[in-house]
Amino acid sequence: MPTIRIQREDFDAATEAAALTRGQTEVGAVVTFTGLCRAEAGRLAALELEHYPGMAEEEVARVVAEAEARWPLEGVTVIHRYGRIAPGEQIVLVVTASTHRQAAFEAASFLMDYLKTRAPFWKKEHHADGSAGEWVAAKDADDEALARWQPSAPRAAE
Amino acid sequence: MRLVYFAWVRERIGKSEEEVVLPEGIATVADLAGWLRTRGEEYAHAFENPAVVRAAVDRHHVKPDAPIAGAREIAFFPPMTGG
Repeated sequence: MPTIRIQREDFDAATEAAALTRGQTEVGAVVTFTGLCRAEAGRLAALELEHYPGMAEEEVARVVAEAEARWPLEGVTVIHRYGRIAPGEQIVLVVTASTHRQAAFEAASFLMDYLKTRAPFWKKEHHADGSAGEWVAAKDADDEALARWQPSAPRAAE
Repeated sequence: MRLVYFAWVRERIGKSEEEVVLPEGIATVADLAGWLRTRGEEYAHAFENPAVVRAAVDRHHVKPDAPIAGAREIAFFPPMTGG
């Protein structure tokens, strides 16, 4: 069973990785990815992350299920925060465990690419100079990142 | 039917959710967005470029031609920027 949490609170990547492998003896590889809030060269005071309660959990679970169908994973943890997050603070955690490293690396990368375009979260900027911040625009690069998973990827839920 | 809005769609409409009774002939998500546009300046602003507004029916991503019959909750929102 994957661990999926959508929460306001911070998380500890090492604790989550340890929890994923505790008691397991066939896990040979754990990949931990942490996404952090950038200051964008001092321009940002914070990001405000809005989410769709209920759907966020369900959509992350669907993306995780696709990863589990595609790679032989021994465990997955995804934590995504919402609310106000300052530069340097953590936003998202993906941990994947497998018998071998390739599956763990690829699944973690797949999960992040899909979370960015399918998980219902939206970032709004708070400017350091106090001026009104804008909603962050979706990047074409994020859609393009999905393309590399397409040839044999499970279809997106659309 | 319950409608929910997020991010700048929510801000432009000025509310995060509402209950609506749909007129006859609203069969798809695109029909619904087109009808909402007629409900006032704030809706027209939110849907001024319908191609960029995404939708979910009962918490599943859908395309504009998705049917809405029987749906309990329909969401409209900009492209997602999580992660």
